[in-house]
Amino acid sequence: MTTSTPRTVFGSLDNYRKGGIEVTQGDARHYVFSNIFEVAAGSASYERVVVGKNLEYVVEAARAEGQSAWFTCSHDEFVISMDGEVRVDFVKLDAPPAAADGAVLAEPTGRKMGHVVLGKGHQSLLPAGCAYRFSAPRPCALLLQSKLGALSVEKWADICLH
Amino acid sequence: MAMLDLAGKPQAATFAADKVQSGAPDPVSGYRDFTLGAFRFSRDAYFATVQWPARGQLRTHAIPADAFLRAMMRDVAWGFFYGWVNFDHVFGTRNHYGKVDVYAGAFNGVMKEAGVDYTETFDTPVIMATFKAILHDWTNEGFDPFAAPEETGTAFGHKHGNNVAAIERTRIATRRMPGLPDDSPLRDDLPVNRAFLDVAQDEPEVHAEPGFEGQLHAFNLFKYLSRSDVTWNPSVTSVCGQSLFCPTTEEFILPVFHGNDRVEWFLQLSDEIIWDIGDKNTGAPRARVTMRAGDICAMPADIRHQGYSTKRSMLLVWENATPNLPRRYESGELKPYPVEF
Repeated sequence: MTTSTPRTVFGSLDNYRKGGIEVTQGDARHYVFSNIFEVAAGSASYERVVVGKNLEYVVEAARAEGQSAWFTCSHDEFVISMDGEVRVDFVKLDAPPAAADGAVLAEPTGRKMGHVVLGKGHQSLLPAGCAYRFSAPRPCALLLQSKLGALSVEKWADICLH
Repeated sequence: MAMLDLAGKPQAATFAADKVQSGAPDPVSGYRDFTLGAFRFSRDAYFATVQWPARGQLRTHAIPADAFLRAMMRDVAWGFFYGWVNFDHVFGTRNHYGKVDVYAGAFNGVMKEAGVDYTETFDTPVIMATFKAILHDWTNEGFDPFAAPEETGTAFGHKHGNNVAAIERTRIATRRMPGLPDDSPLRDDLPVNRAFLDVAQDEPEVHAEPGFEGQLHAFNLFKYLSRSDVTWNPSVTSVCGQSLFCPTTEEFILPVFHGNDRVEWFLQLSDEIIWDIGDKNTGAPRARVTMRAGDICAMPADIRHQGYSTKRSMLLVWENATPNLPRRYESGELKPYPVEF
């Protein structure tokens, strides 16, 4: 790499630089602008904070720190580690979850499927009907693709530019 | 629908190559001109020129050839995308998913008020065949309309050769997630882009218990994006019902001003993009949004946007592909912005 090659700038919980909105006409609130690292840093560990909402679908930000509860969901979800290491353990549930939008808490009764270890920028499938649990040795930010559900936390006024 | 078709869904059934109307190559420039309904398209060494009838006169609009080809490349590759694809402040297309409007001045406040605008609706295969024929004829050897300016040669000059490989790239369609069996491939065969040489190329560890091999799936999304060989081309990497994550790598200027027929969201994964936001109908400026790594924001359904990215950057475009959304936004059932707080 030559010195003229610019560095690729990623964010992290302890190092992000939020952008902003210069409004000519209208209301800055309509852009629903937040920063996922700021949101994850300011929330309880594994609190699933909605940072994007498109009708019934959501993008959630969470801070992984220590071990989470077990979650399950009746549809596929996805997780991306945005800045660090997180382990995801999977269990094939004996009794699949009832059909519902979004994740719910689960009892991990079933066979162990294995685990994945995600680093920065790594994405994992969270398959429909499995239970999953996160463990993070150090705090890191997660991005979740799901539907608005019982565990989704909406606190737009706290997180968005206005 | 549009470019965000999922793998396995049928593409446009017919390709109407026989409906393309083109002239003989110009003796000086070497380029053909094309007719689509009442529109006429021509190019010379520097400019693409569009003409249409309005108020009893032939109206004319010129666009630099490089900008025109970059815009047309996206419109073709995306299958006319969602909603409005403005090549610039005058000319563009609106997708009706089966039919497509081509317009000049119809979403320019001044031209619309003066009555010099014109819109004509075409069956998708006819406009697709014509636009592809224009791209083939007008893209010279050495110019890749999918690349950033620093990565490719010039679009200017008289006709010399072609670049079929660049404009015939197949679209990436994903059912569930890249790398799964029977799904779109990963990009290990593509080189890392020069602007992403510092992006880690490690893959996640996947440990499946006996009997569950192949059921756990993870990949390095940032590595995948670092190997994208095109700019400004949202491609699906995860599917949750109608919710599509469509990340892309961005450099220079988004070649179109996109006015969506629904709300979409952007999440900046790396570096920085500045978005110019205008009124969807008139083009009047509304806002300028600066997004850095970790920033997420909505693009309301009543605006058009165009992004600027100095360094090649990673952007997550998040779409809701539910088919009836345009009608629900137009009827006022849904507000143009997604959240009230």
